[in-house]
Amino acid sequence: MKSTAFLSRSEWIGVAIVAALILVVLPLSVDGFRLNLVGKYLTYAFVALGLVMCWGYGGILSLGQGIFFGLGGYCMAMFLKLEASSVENTKIQSTPGIPDFMDWNQITALPWFWEPFRSLPMTIILVIAVPVFFAFIIGFAMFTRRVGGTYFAIITQAIAAILTILIVGQQGYTGGINGITDLRTLNGWDIRTDDAKYILYFVNAGLLLGCVLIAYFVKHSKLGRILVAMREKEDRVRFSGYSVAGFKIFVFCLAAGFSAIGGAMFALQVGFMSPSFVGIVPSIEMVIYTAVGGRLSILGAIYGTLLVNWAKTSFSESFPELWLLGLGGLFIAVVLAFPNGLAGLYQSYVEPRLGKLTGKKSDETNGALPQGSPAE
Amino acid sequence: MFSDYSLAELGSIFVMQGFAGLILFSVFVLMALGLAIIFGQMGVINMAHGEFMILGAYVTYFTSQFFLNYLPSLFGGYFFVAMGLAFLASGALGMFIEWAMIRHLYKRPLDTLLATWGLSLILQQLYRSFFGPREVGVELPEWMMGSIALTDSVEVQINGLFVMGLTTVITIVVALLMYRSRWGKQVRAVVQNRIMAGAVGINTEKVDRYTFALGCGIAGVAGSAFTMIGSTGPTSGQLYIVDTFLVVVFGGAASLLGTIASAFTISQAQSTMEFFLSGSMAKVLTLLGVVGILMLRPQGLFTLKVRR
Repeated sequence: MKSTAFLSRSEWIGVAIVAALILVVLPLSVDGFRLNLVGKYLTYAFVALGLVMCWGYGGILSLGQGIFFGLGGYCMAMFLKLEASSVENTKIQSTPGIPDFMDWNQITALPWFWEPFRSLPMTIILVIAVPVFFAFIIGFAMFTRRVGGTYFAIITQAIAAILTILIVGQQGYTGGINGITDLRTLNGWDIRTDDAKYILYFVNAGLLLGCVLIAYFVKHSKLGRILVAMREKEDRVRFSGYSVAGFKIFVFCLAAGFSAIGGAMFALQVGFMSPSFVGIVPSIEMVIYTAVGGRLSILGAIYGTLLVNWAKTSFSESFPELWLLGLGGLFIAVVLAFPNGLAGLYQSYVEPRLGKLTGKKSDETNGALPQGSPAE
Repeated sequence: MFSDYSLAELGSIFVMQGFAGLILFSVFVLMALGLAIIFGQMGVINMAHGEFMILGAYVTYFTSQFFLNYLPSLFGGYFFVAMGLAFLASGALGMFIEWAMIRHLYKRPLDTLLATWGLSLILQQLYRSFFGPREVGVELPEWMMGSIALTDSVEVQINGLFVMGLTTVITIVVALLMYRSRWGKQVRAVVQNRIMAGAVGINTEKVDRYTFALGCGIAGVAGSAFTMIGSTGPTSGQLYIVDTFLVVVFGGAASLLGTIASAFTISQAQSTMEFFLSGSMAKVLTLLGVVGILMLRPQGLFTLKVRR
């Protein structure tokens, strides 16, 4: 494979299959309610995709991706909430024109950090900018001091905990434990109708495919090679004259950006945002999606997310008690038995047979092994 | 925020909140001691540590029930029996987990984190299925109830004093074990250089297993002490796990002294601020402070200088 190629042939096929699955097969085969659920799962896939880049390729395990999912989601939800609480809609409140939960908490004027969310373009910028900026600060502080590995995991986790406590505690400004609910329209367009849900599903799927292409682009660029080299032997990359911290910050910000898009689409499709998607528990659960799909597989992230969530929904409908046991078991099994997840199983069992069937040797490898010569 | 109170009142407030902080400090130290041994010495992140603690709490609860029903005359002393049982139960579970899971993952610390998180989910669900979702509390024996009045405005609870005393004793025992015993010497040798330790004839696998079991056993004792001041539910352990990890990391991972110093700082800061601010803001500010300091000084307060 030439290093300049954007996508290899087998990767094109893989992307096409995923695109066919989420754009054609799923919308045709499941009803509106289920499709909305799939849409919700796909928003988590953004986070899983970010984790593939950050954890699989960069070797940085962040247990706080919920922070960025949440920040993106809250930015979107704040815009939608402001639109839903126009003066006409809220005239029974003692202060019309501010969100209902502020009125309940005796706040009489809109806080300053809500002001930018009156305009849609500004909101769209902030949905990406706020989480990425936040990731930059965390990344800059940690990576330039060469903090990594388990320490980084613990600190991101602590930040996720802090943010949750803050959101829950500052009820008047953030909606507290209930989050921001009762979102209605996007620039006058009702997002609660069935048609709107269909459209949002396709927008979401399109954005996800866009992010997948970005991820492949990064993976095949020189930067992707450096990331892998860094994961394998950080010191050697540093001694070769690369600024290791800069690359780490970049990939962490990229993952944060992906998560933020997912969060914003979540708020649009599900119609609310709450701190239960910010904290430690959801953040770690999102790591398991990546791990199940295969931490090195960009497309695996999507399959992993869909599969785990499908299992979660069907288990918790019938045996809610078993689900936690199953999820816990999944964590242990994935780590002990299948460290490369579904993608690893596919590469070691399915791909060789497919190769035999088509009479060709599978010319491409996958991401599991760093290809080409090491950075020299 | 200080202007509403007179100087004497402020003094009492600081003493009372300081005492409340000392109880929190004891819980932190007890939890963090186990973690500091496991994380600091072995480099393993045990996300299920809170669940080991809760196991100890449940053992204490059932022991108290047993004494209440069958040996009411000895009820005053049940706690000491319970503490021993809690240590054995959590330690035995820890030993099993090390054998079944952790020992395969020493080379992959991040994966240990995920696996033990899975373990914590399983344990939580098991507690919920077997012991019920409701929180349970133990009955304190007579001599542990009530409080001692030091001055007219300052009172201290006896159970709090007892927990503090217990913490001190356990800390001293652990320190002696780690720094004065032959076994502790072996543990530290394995930490500093695993290959060389193996080469001079230390059975590193055995040391690992017993270290992990000891850490978990201390968590069980922590849970036992925890029942004296709070109630126990299937998910109580998770509430403390992040705080405890921060305590250990803030103190400098391989240093017992650092763990104690950082537990003291964090608990005192939190409980003093709790009086003046809301509980959630006190916690946010404390954690933010800790994370901020860790960003400036990632190695923690106290560090062990070791060439690795």
